[in-house]
Amino acid sequence: MEAVFLTFVFVLSIFLGFELISKVPSTLHTPLMSGANAISGITLVGSLASLKSDNVTMAVVLATLAVTFATINVVGGYAVTDRMLEMFKKKDGGAK
Amino acid sequence: MNGATLLINFAYIISAGFFIFGLKMLSSPATARRGNMFSSIGMLLAIVVTLFNAGLDYKWIALGVAVGTVIGLVAAYRVAMTSMPEMVALFNGFGGIASLLLAWSEYHQNPALSAFIAAVAFLSAFIGGITFSGSMIAFSKLAEIMPSKAIVFKGQHIVNGAILLAAVSSGLMFAMNPADGYALFLVIVVVSLLFGVTSVIPIGGADMPVVISLLNSYSGLAACAAGFVIHNNILIVAGALVGASGIILTKIMCKAMNRSLANVLFSGFGATTQAAGTGPQGEVKPASAEDVYYILEAADTVAFVPGYGLAVAQAQHAVQELGELLEKNGTEVLYAIHPVAGRMPGHMNVLLAEANVPYDQLVEMDDINPRMEGVDVCVVIGANDVVNPAALDDESSPIYGMPIIETHRAKTVIVLKRSMNPGFAGIQNALFFYPNTRMYFGDAKASIQALVSEFKSD
Repeated sequence: MEAVFLTFVFVLSIFLGFELISKVPSTLHTPLMSGANAISGITLVGSLASLKSDNVTMAVVLATLAVTFATINVVGGYAVTDRMLEMFKKKDGGAK
Repeated sequence: MNGATLLINFAYIISAGFFIFGLKMLSSPATARRGNMFSSIGMLLAIVVTLFNAGLDYKWIALGVAVGTVIGLVAAYRVAMTSMPEMVALFNGFGGIASLLLAWSEYHQNPALSAFIAAVAFLSAFIGGITFSGSMIAFSKLAEIMPSKAIVFKGQHIVNGAILLAAVSSGLMFAMNPADGYALFLVIVVVSLLFGVTSVIPIGGADMPVVISLLNSYSGLAACAAGFVIHNNILIVAGALVGASGIILTKIMCKAMNRSLANVLFSGFGATTQAAGTGPQGEVKPASAEDVYYILEAADTVAFVPGYGLAVAQAQHAVQELGELLEKNGTEVLYAIHPVAGRMPGHMNVLLAEANVPYDQLVEMDDINPRMEGVDVCVVIGANDVVNPAALDDESSPIYGMPIIETHRAKTVIVLKRSMNPGFAGIQNALFFYPNTRMYFGDAKASIQALVSEFKSD
C-alpha cells in the first residue's frame, strides 16, 4: 500500500513540475537548470537519514561518500545559481 | 510512526512548499534570485530536521557535509561564467553518484529487500550511475579535456543495446532475489557507469544543451528512485520536480533544433563533415572595421546574434561596451538569442547578464523574427548554424526544418568570423553569400574592440 501512496505523490509532483517549469522564460534556463540541479541534491537528506551509527562499516563508508557528493551538489548548485541570478539586471535598475 | 518522525515528515511538506515557490519565482528575472533563496531555505530546513532522526552517526555526517561544503563553495565561486555548462554538468553528476551510493549503502545494510524496493534500488543505482558517468563525459567534452566532436564507431547501437539489455536483465534478476544478489548489484553499478559513457560519447558539442537537460532530468529521477527505496516523500517530490524540469528543457531544446530526442541521442550528428566543395558557393564580401563602423553608425536598430563563438572568444564585455556606445548614438540595441545558442540552455543570456546587458534587451527568437524587416543591422557573433537560411529553404541540408534567427531578412547582416570554416554541423552557411551580408573576419573580441575604438575616436 505504501508503494501506491509514494507513486501517487510521484505522479502528482511530475505534473506540478511540468506546470511550474513551462512558465520559466528561456532567459533563465541556465539558472533554472543549475537551481533544479541543486534541488536534485535532495539525495543528501536521504543519505543523512540512512547514516545510522549501528550500520556496518561498508554501509557507513558508502553513505558518507553519498553525503559528501550530495553536499557538493546542493551547496555548489545553490551558490552558483545565486551568483548567476545576481547578474540579471533590468536597465538602469541595478546599483552600478 | 512516533512523534519525532511525524514532525520530521511535516517539516518535509513545508520544504516541498519552499521548492515549489522557489521554482515558481523563477518565472521572472525580477524574482528569480529570491526564488533560489526560497528553494535553498527549503533545502536547509529539510537537512536540519533530518538530523533529528534517532541513531544517526554524526561524526561521519559532519565529515561528509564539511568536505562537500568546502568543495562546493570553492567550485561555485571560482568558476568563470563561460565555464558554467561544465560546472552544471559536474554538479549534476555528483547528484547522480550520490543516489547510486545511497541505494548501495541501503542495500548493503539491509539486503532482504522486497521485490518492489529492490526494483527501485536497481533504478536508483542504474539512473544514478548513468547520470554520473554521462555527466563526467559531458563535462570532459565541454571543458575540452576530450574532443567535443561526436565519437562514433561501427556497431555502436548494437553495443549500447547490448549494454542496456544486460542492465535491465540483471535488474530483473536482482529484483527477484535481492538477498543473494550482491554480485548482481555490483554488475549493475559497473554496467550503469559504462552505459553513461557509451551513450554520451556519440553526442557532439553543439548537441550538449539537450544532453545536459536530459542528464539533469535523470539526476532528479535517480533521487526519486532513492526516495522510494528509503520511503522518503521529500526525495520523491523534489526529485520529480527536477525530473519534470529536465524533461521540459530537453523538449524545448529538441524543438529548437527540429530534431527528435532519438535523433540527438543516436545519430552521431556532426561526426562527419560534408565534403569540401559542396554546399552553397559564391563570393563573400569582406568588410573592414571602418566599413562596419559606418554601417553601425547609420543604423537605427541593431540586433546582436551571439553564439558559442562569443563564449569561446570571451567577447561578452566588448559586445556590451559596443552596445552601450550604439545606444548613446541613438540606436536601439537588441540581443537576439536562439534557444540552442551555446552549450547549454540559456548559456548566452548568462554571459550577457555577466557583462551587464540588461535582461530587457535580450530577445527570444520568436519575438525578433516577425520584426526582422525593421532591423537595420544584424551582427552575428560566433553563431553559425542557428542563422543558416538553408534551414528554411534547402531540403537537402542536414539542418533543414530547424527554426533559425532569420538575420538574412534584416537590411544588412555583419558576420564576425575567424575564417570561412563551416560550423559545427559541418555545413557551409548560405547566409555568407547573401547580397546583404558582409563578412568581418578576425577574432570576435578583437574585432568588436576595434569597432569600440572606432566609435570612441569619433
